Amino acid sequence: MTDIAALQSEILAAVAGAADEAALEAMRVAALGKKGSVSALLATMGGLSPDERKIQGPKFNGLKDAVTEAIAARKAALADMALDARLASEKLDVTLPALPENNGTVHPISQVLEEVVAIFADLGFGVAEGPDVEFDDYNFTKLNIPPDHPARQMQDTFYVAPQADGSSHVLRTHTSPVQVRTMLNGKPPIRIISPGRTYRVDSDATHSPMFHQVEALVVDEGIHLGHLKWTVEQFCKAFFEIDQIELRARPSFFPFTEPSLEWDMRCDRSVPGKITFGSGNDWLELGGSGMVHRKVLENCGIDSAKYQGFAFGFGLDRMAMLKYGMPDIRSFFESDLRWLKHYGFAALDIPTLDGGLSR
Amino acid sequence: MKFTLSWLKEHLDTDADAKTIGARLTAIGLEVESIADPGAALKDFIVGEVVAAEKHPNADKLRLCRVSDGADMLQIVCGAPNARAGIKVVLARPGTTIPATGDVLKLGTIRGVESRGMMCSARELLLGEDHDGIIELKTGAKTGTPVVAALVDAGLLANDPLFDVSITPNRGDAASVYGIARDLAASGLGRLKADKVQPVAGKFPSPKKITLDFTPQNKDACPIFAGRLIRGVKNGPAPKWVQDRLKSVGMKSISALVDATNLISQDRGRPLHVFDADKLSGNLHARMAKDHEQVLALDEKTYVLDGETIVIADDSFARGIAGIMGGMDTGSFKDTKNVFIESAWFDPARIARAGRKQAIISDARYRFERGVDPQFVLPGLELCTQYILEWCGGEASDVVIAGALPPPHKPILFDPALVESFGGIRVAREQIIGILQDLGFVVEDHGSLHVVPPSWRHDVDGPADLVEEVVRIHGLADVPSVALTRTSAVAAPVLSKAQRRSRTARRALATRGFNETVSFSFIARDQAKLFGGGDGARQLSNPIASDLDALRPSVLPSLLAAASRNAARGFSNLQLFEIGAAFDSGVPEAQKTVAAAIRTGNPERHWEKGGEASGLFAVKADLLGSLEAITGAPMSAPITQGAPAWYHPGRSGTIAMGPKVIAQFGELHPKVLAAFDLKVPAAGFEIFLDAIPDTKTKGKAKPLFAPSPYQAIERDFAFVVDAGVAAGEIVKAVKLADRNLIDTVSVFDIYEGKGVPEGKKSIAVAVRIQPKDATLTDAEIEALAQKIVAAALKLGATLRS
Repeated sequence: MTDIAALQSEILAAVAGAADEAALEAMRVAALGKKGSVSALLATMGGLSPDERKIQGPKFNGLKDAVTEAIAARKAALADMALDARLASEKLDVTLPALPENNGTVHPISQVLEEVVAIFADLGFGVAEGPDVEFDDYNFTKLNIPPDHPARQMQDTFYVAPQADGSSHVLRTHTSPVQVRTMLNGKPPIRIISPGRTYRVDSDATHSPMFHQVEALVVDEGIHLGHLKWTVEQFCKAFFEIDQIELRARPSFFPFTEPSLEWDMRCDRSVPGKITFGSGNDWLELGGSGMVHRKVLENCGIDSAKYQGFAFGFGLDRMAMLKYGMPDIRSFFESDLRWLKHYGFAALDIPTLDGGLSR
Repeated sequence: MKFTLSWLKEHLDTDADAKTIGARLTAIGLEVESIADPGAALKDFIVGEVVAAEKHPNADKLRLCRVSDGADMLQIVCGAPNARAGIKVVLARPGTTIPATGDVLKLGTIRGVESRGMMCSARELLLGEDHDGIIELKTGAKTGTPVVAALVDAGLLANDPLFDVSITPNRGDAASVYGIARDLAASGLGRLKADKVQPVAGKFPSPKKITLDFTPQNKDACPIFAGRLIRGVKNGPAPKWVQDRLKSVGMKSISALVDATNLISQDRGRPLHVFDADKLSGNLHARMAKDHEQVLALDEKTYVLDGETIVIADDSFARGIAGIMGGMDTGSFKDTKNVFIESAWFDPARIARAGRKQAIISDARYRFERGVDPQFVLPGLELCTQYILEWCGGEASDVVIAGALPPPHKPILFDPALVESFGGIRVAREQIIGILQDLGFVVEDHGSLHVVPPSWRHDVDGPADLVEEVVRIHGLADVPSVALTRTSAVAAPVLSKAQRRSRTARRALATRGFNETVSFSFIARDQAKLFGGGDGARQLSNPIASDLDALRPSVLPSLLAAASRNAARGFSNLQLFEIGAAFDSGVPEAQKTVAAAIRTGNPERHWEKGGEASGLFAVKADLLGSLEAITGAPMSAPITQGAPAWYHPGRSGTIAMGPKVIAQFGELHPKVLAAFDLKVPAAGFEIFLDAIPDTKTKGKAKPLFAPSPYQAIERDFAFVVDAGVAAGEIVKAVKLADRNLIDTVSVFDIYEGKGVPEGKKSIAVAVRIQPKDATLTDAEIEALAQKIVAAALKLGATLRS
């Protein structure tokens, strides 16, 4: 009679020593295979008396279970070891660079326009657009700027060559012709902003022949100068996202408004190259505004006896420059990749009133 | 418009200081550009006293001075001949900025001797041209004190703040010191001094006559022209106060005769001209110029005029461009003996037009085009007569006048309630009347007000103007802000579908790694031609530069030019896009909104792999991804081979919905790249945002989610087909083999070469089959496979064995 205990410890030792799955499998066959040592032992059960079987049976089964279990355990351990070894061999230097991906950006003009639209949308202003090539009539005449008005000197105009039909058009010098189109095509109450590209024959350190404006127009019954002031103030406060903003309105002149006023914002320019708002002794020009001239209303088919309106216009590029500290308007249109990445906005930085216009 | 505080006070009785006046000017619409304090640049200079002056040991012409700064004794080397012991001087110590040069004074060593400061000449302080010696201050000046007071005391510095005010085009009345004083007085800042000009009686009839030679259509060009002759004048320098006054505002003193007109122009806003009467042949006539008529003007340039320009002529020639600039031949100079003074009123529009056409900027034009006071034609003439008689002697003739003064302005019917309902501020009726009267308006109260504007206010012609006058004088700052009513409790959406499309395209492209640019809408004509533009209809008449002369027919050239500039800076791997206007013609309706993007350059080097080639299929993915973002659904419109000439003819495609081209894409044509000097490959696309049809939505609910419960299966097919057959055709044919069961068909391999006959290619597609009603039996799958093969066969494709 083989000593069960001895056999068990012999097999278990061998299992524990199995160096790989193949050795372990050989071991399993040697022990539990048809001709294995454990199977041979189990086969002797048949020759035992019922009493002996009662005593030896559980021992034999215990041996079989112990060996089976040990082999399974060893198998798992070997698998773990093999995985560990594989993982160790798969080590990568995580400091190597990631796959290249370009970070896209949104141009400051687009971003700032979305900010402006978010504010005005909350105030109930729609967004009206019109063509860059405009009728002289819409750009000037309907806006109470007759051909020889000195105001035409204020805006040196790009002219498009005469067309085949003899007509001749201008590149709009402001987005006011969009106001004209809005009034001609609609009826009060009107509440719109008109953003877009504008053009003037002007190019130096502070001027670009193309720039952007956003204008606002409100026409309704009972609209007066106080509404204009409120709207400009609310807009500026929301846009610049600072509480301590100080605005100044001063009388001015535009042919299309009466009264006309210009807006300045208090700022500090005592540190060269830097502008801070809300304090200081300087004023920075924001844009022009006024009550829509009755002649403009009449030119656009609106009863000036019944309706009054206000309009204002700011430079979008200028707003962007002021808010985000960009010094040179010309660089807006140079498409220098370094500039686009430096001043551009992330694709998912979408201005909202609930989340804030800017980071 | 420039003036000094002391000049203003000639007309305005006020105690207000410069700062207060400046703030008020801006508040009433006369915007102060600057208030210059002439003493400001000299604040660091002090009074010094020369205690000893000896010869420099190493230089004959230099002196070695010991100068007291009130506390210490400084050794200063000085080259001025008048540097001598006992004089008080303007002393600059190291660290002081010298106005003439802008340099900061440093400790110096001159010819081996240390010099610890500088004694200044008038020129070094920008106080005059004198540089023959250093300034000698009055002996009473206190050594060590700031020098400004001592310079004022010595008569070298007028400590007189200089205002520079920007006058809006409507306010010709404020283009004079007197006019500014009048506005300030109306605003309550002081009292306007009475200044009535007394006429000078003529001693003899004017030998020169004046005529207005206009046709009825041009009659309003010059309704009144007055003048008189003064004989026996002696033209020398004007009195010192006149010279000082003109210089104080940066004007040159020329001669008594010229200074008289310049002074009156600046002081009273009345431009005048003084002819040398001996150089005029015959009488004077105001008339329109003849076409091509020439005038040699006082700026020594010859101007060629046309029939829309007013001239003052004698019997022979045009002698001056009326209201703009006088003529050289008949001007007043040193030897002028007899003069004729011209005082007239010209139509502002005609002056503006002529001035602009001839590109002449003059003080006269500045005033006439803004509109001068017609009622001051005669007083201006009298004032000039007085000055000339006083400064140059002589004897004045009677005044001759052609034409007549224009009638007074018509009364404006004004409801004072408009100040509140339009101007937004409540102002008492009496106060409204008071403000208007202070501004020179004549107000009659008949319940409603009848308001007649003064002769100097051409800009006021309606009730809104009167509201403006009241509000600006009362104070714009006092107008209370009033909220607009909210149009809806929760703000409603405002963007149009087109606007949303642009916005989505922008964010989609930025998310895909593109950098947004904004470029000029005009480009070089040669570049425009490469993109189907550059024709006459899209040409600018007055471009800012010759390479910015054509409206762009496409956004791509802007992007390629940007890529080229960036490549020159060492950045040639780029993803750029722009959403903006492109022009089909030069009329307002011919504008379209385009989203265009390019990828340029070679694959980036990376430690792991080469990355994707920036080519056709990268931009195709960008295009389809953007279109899906814009429309909210995968692009189903067919893609056809080929695109316009600026693309590679074999590597470009077009997406169209019916006749409408929605987008085109591809590699850029090598000739186009060469034209932009781009040495790296580039591919790009254009999406015509306006061409994308609006998606029709029925309510907000999405269709019900109904996934098939049956297992989808995938089968691969490899077809051999003529090399010229488009993969898209095969895919389409396979898909249509059974629209109900076939979910997707994707190409996973294209092969040409060994094993495939010459002129053929192998296209391998994976077909995903999605049963809807029941799991497919093997026989059904086989039947479907047969249908697929049959469909492909119609295109000549055979199953690859």
